[in-house]
Amino acid sequence: MTNPCSCRPDCCTQGAPAGCEKISSPFVPLPAAAPKDIPCCGSPITKPAGPHEMPGYTICQFVRNFTETPTGRVPIIDTRLTGRDWLGAFRVRLGIFRDAYQVAPGIYGAGSPGPDSPVLVTANYKLSFDTLRRQLGSVDAWIMVCDTRGINVWCAAGKKTFSSQEVADRAVRCNLTQLVRHRQLVLPQLSATGVSAQKVKQLCGFEVVWGPIRAEDITRFLKNGMTADETMRRVTFSTTERLVLTPVELYLLAKPLVRVLAAVFLISGFGPGLFSFHAAWSRGLYAAAAFVLGIFSGAVVMPILLPWIPGLSFSLKGATTGLICAVLLPRGLSGTAFSALMLVVMAVSSYLAMNFTGCTPFTSPSGVEKEMRLAIPLQAVAMLAASVLWILAAFV
Amino acid sequence: MKTFRYLPGVATLSLDDTTCVGCGMCETVCPHGVLKIDHKKAAIIDPDGCMECGACATNCPVHAITVTPGVGCASYIIQTWIKGKEAATCGGGSCC
Repeated sequence: MTNPCSCRPDCCTQGAPAGCEKISSPFVPLPAAAPKDIPCCGSPITKPAGPHEMPGYTICQFVRNFTETPTGRVPIIDTRLTGRDWLGAFRVRLGIFRDAYQVAPGIYGAGSPGPDSPVLVTANYKLSFDTLRRQLGSVDAWIMVCDTRGINVWCAAGKKTFSSQEVADRAVRCNLTQLVRHRQLVLPQLSATGVSAQKVKQLCGFEVVWGPIRAEDITRFLKNGMTADETMRRVTFSTTERLVLTPVELYLLAKPLVRVLAAVFLISGFGPGLFSFHAAWSRGLYAAAAFVLGIFSGAVVMPILLPWIPGLSFSLKGATTGLICAVLLPRGLSGTAFSALMLVVMAVSSYLAMNFTGCTPFTSPSGVEKEMRLAIPLQAVAMLAASVLWILAAFV
Repeated sequence: MKTFRYLPGVATLSLDDTTCVGCGMCETVCPHGVLKIDHKKAAIIDPDGCMECGACATNCPVHAITVTPGVGCASYIIQTWIKGKEAATCGGGSCC
């Protein structure tokens, strides 16, 4: 040990090391250059607090720097996502901590923004914010994040948290008139469900320019002098877009599935001797397999194959994939038992496929309601028939 | 979206072309190209492509467009049937 006395008296709990002079004053200045070898507490002194650190705040990892503006200090964000951002995105796509994935509303900067840079408006769901910032590359722009309660642009607009009032209030609170010389806000097209361009203009004096639907088109949109071509104005629903939605659907099913499976094992126990625990387990496993197969069919197969399955109604499409997936049911069942489980697969698949309407960007609520009025009674009848057949099969 | 079609003849979208001023805002905000300006008036060119998001009606400066907007989600609709429209939520933040 080259310098045993470099131990900080305020953090050392083991007393001064041998050979170290006892210091009377507890306030010992830190050595100007931290020695490499620290005898206690294990952690070497790394770097001093940054110039932007403030008591009670932590600097978000996506903030690269800060810039001084007439309205105060504005964080400049990194336009590259880090492993942590990707991990966060992966986690919320699975459905974990989705309700707390937010960024603070307010103004951010990208690149070296100035008084003539465009103001891009977005939601405070971190996935939306990250999707936008990773597309900005070297663009100089301001990003105004609205308080949409951590919900994405389109859903927040549908629920009216992404509203004309919120946009106008945020613009006032961010002192936009001091920050930029122009009077334009670029809003994502899908926020039009909740935001009225006319109302925003009335409320805060800023003109709304409807930006593209997808953040990936934003640089092209800005380069084209803030004009969007037809492809930027139309929603898509590609296989990848459908695929990323399936894990959340499965995650949300985990909880109700526990209750359903409890009922399934119970029903499977009924038989000639009234109730048998052995049958509840052995037959229950078959019935549980049918439920899992139904979930796989309705929440995975149907969403992926959506455009290629014939028909318009989602419940019918789900029943179709259910019928096909039923070939995967375990062998060695009687005809009655197989019919029961096939009905289970079809009904579960049909119900979940119908639920997938909420994830698509093209189904109308009027259509969904019409479909449900016909499909739900049929699904219920199928489940009832399946239960009766399943119990009957135990007697055959 | 031409590759994805849903049930026809159900959308509640309607347009009063006597009130329409032909500003083109509806054509800009519609994500499905349902409305188009033709001879200085908006026209519904693809009624079955409408998903009732309500963007056009929200942004029509003269209120010439009406649509019953809503959440096209089965679990939400089930809740409106059971609890009524006011109490229905999107699954406690667990969807959308």
